[in-house]
Amino acid sequence: MTPKLELEDIRKAFGTTPVLDGISLDVHAGEFVSILGPSGAGKSTLFQMLIGGIRADSGSIRCEGQLLGPEVGRFAFMPQRDALMPWRRILDNVTLGLEVQGMGRKAAREKVLALFPEFGLAGFENHYPAQLSGGMRQRAALLRTVAQERDMLLLDEPFGALDALTRSGMQRWLEAMWRRHRWTALLITHDVREAVFLSDRIYVLSARPARVVCEFSVPLPRPRHAGATGLRDASAVEAAVLETLLKTETIGESNP
Amino acid sequence: MPKTLSLLARAGPAAIAIATLLLAWQFYAYLSGISPTILPSPVRVAEQAWANRRALWDNTLPTIRATLLGFGCSLATAFVLSILLDFSQALRRALFPVFIVSQTLPLVAIAPLVVLWFGFGLMPKIMLVALVTFFPMLVALVQGYESTEKEILTLLRSMGAGRWLRFRLARLPSAAPFFFAGLRISITYAVVGAIFAEYAGAARGLGIYILNAKNNFRPDLVLAAVGVSATLTLLLFAATVLVQRLAMPWVRLERGPTP
Ligand SMILES: Nc1ncnc2c1ncn2[C@@H]1O[C@H](COP(=O)(O)OP(=O)(O)OP(=O)(O)O)[C@@H](O)[C@H]1O
Ligand SMILES: [Mg+2]
Repeated sequence: MTPKLELEDIRKAFGTTPVLDGISLDVHAGEFVSILGPSGAGKSTLFQMLIGGIRADSGSIRCEGQLLGPEVGRFAFMPQRDALMPWRRILDNVTLGLEVQGMGRKAAREKVLALFPEFGLAGFENHYPAQLSGGMRQRAALLRTVAQERDMLLLDEPFGALDALTRSGMQRWLEAMWRRHRWTALLITHDVREAVFLSDRIYVLSARPARVVCEFSVPLPRPRHAGATGLRDASAVEAAVLETLLKTETIGESNP
Repeated sequence: MPKTLSLLARAGPAAIAIATLLLAWQFYAYLSGISPTILPSPVRVAEQAWANRRALWDNTLPTIRATLLGFGCSLATAFVLSILLDFSQALRRALFPVFIVSQTLPLVAIAPLVVLWFGFGLMPKIMLVALVTFFPMLVALVQGYESTEKEILTLLRSMGAGRWLRFRLARLPSAAPFFFAGLRISITYAVVGAIFAEYAGAARGLGIYILNAKNNFRPDLVLAAVGVSATLTLLLFAATVLVQRLAMPWVRLERGPTP
């Protein structure tokens, strides 16, 4: 089966600094894939290429076998910070993508309002972002992302700014949501546990210039937070991933 | 109720400072026996202002008209130009130096010239007010557009929003706080600009009233007119603050606790 998304040998340099050094990866329909890598490796840069912000120096991006053209509309992107507009109420923030697609305000509102309870935001439709907690802001940003109904979700460290407790809660919630909706998703994260908890597969990147060092599949049953055996199996995968990640870090340090 | 209280608490110190200043002035004028044709006491200024209220009011109206019309013109021009500049970097490079030069022209030299060219009517006043307020507004707007959060623009682009839509949905609202900051500054310039234009030549207006009072050795009436212009400035300033509160309800939420 042709993958939903296929990157082949993507290279990119900013000026004389090479950032991406031949990245190849693929994501299949209904799959949850994570990209794990050290800070500054070039993960966000990779997403920028998918959403048309910057062009790769070389390499190819294919969606369902077709080269990604200048047209947009395949990816729903959630940026690293929530990027909620402070001047719009939550409801109007969430409808943003539909509005850009040209849907009328009324129809867009009706459509997203049905999703508010599931995202734990019922009753907060008319609040401004400044009135929400960090976790709620992230859920609002995620709601804005899925409301666009694109082929694939691109999540750039969605929980990076949250405290540890809220983050764990959000991870569980996202895993439950994913089981229900089976979005095709590509997630960027620094957090090994998060990657193992959420993903079907994990790509580990090296420090800049980034290469794919290793690809793990996570054969754990879902739901992921069930029982002591599940926890033990998860720990084993986490340990293996962490080991690989730390090894790439030391290589990075010895050859700056 | 707590709202009015906190407003009083904030206005209190300023009121006390002004009252103290006026009191000190009153005592000095009274005790030193200085001639009122040199330094009239505040009480005398107030008395004379009241006695001449008709004349003062008749001269204030044209100043208000010149201020508001000039400021309105400047605002509209600045807004249209700011959009053009935001869309075209070449235009920005070409025009910004011209605007900066327009700001360095000394008003003392320009005002009489504009009056000479355009006469004693409303036109030269509007032009001078526009001249002094246009640039601060333009800079505020252009800076405001530039202040847009990059991630919001990236997000909009990922959604498929074109340049104009990104401007309308993100850059324009991001400029709101800058716009109002610029508004507060230039509305005060506007009053000064109008008075200066009248000073350089007008049939009626606070500027010409001040000039005549000075020539008639009536510093009390000069100060009365100054008081009127200060009040006018304060009122316009307060109006901009009010409009900002109504237009940007989310700003107070960001600073204060949630209601
Ligand atoms: N527009 C740009 N111009 C020049 N350099 C850039 C640009 N964007 C990113 N970089 C550089 O590319 C490198 C990778 O940046 P990127 O934001 O992709 O990292 P990241 O992996 O997402 O890091 P983090 O996990 O901290 O978000 C950084 O060293 C950054 O300085
Ligand atoms: Mg990043």
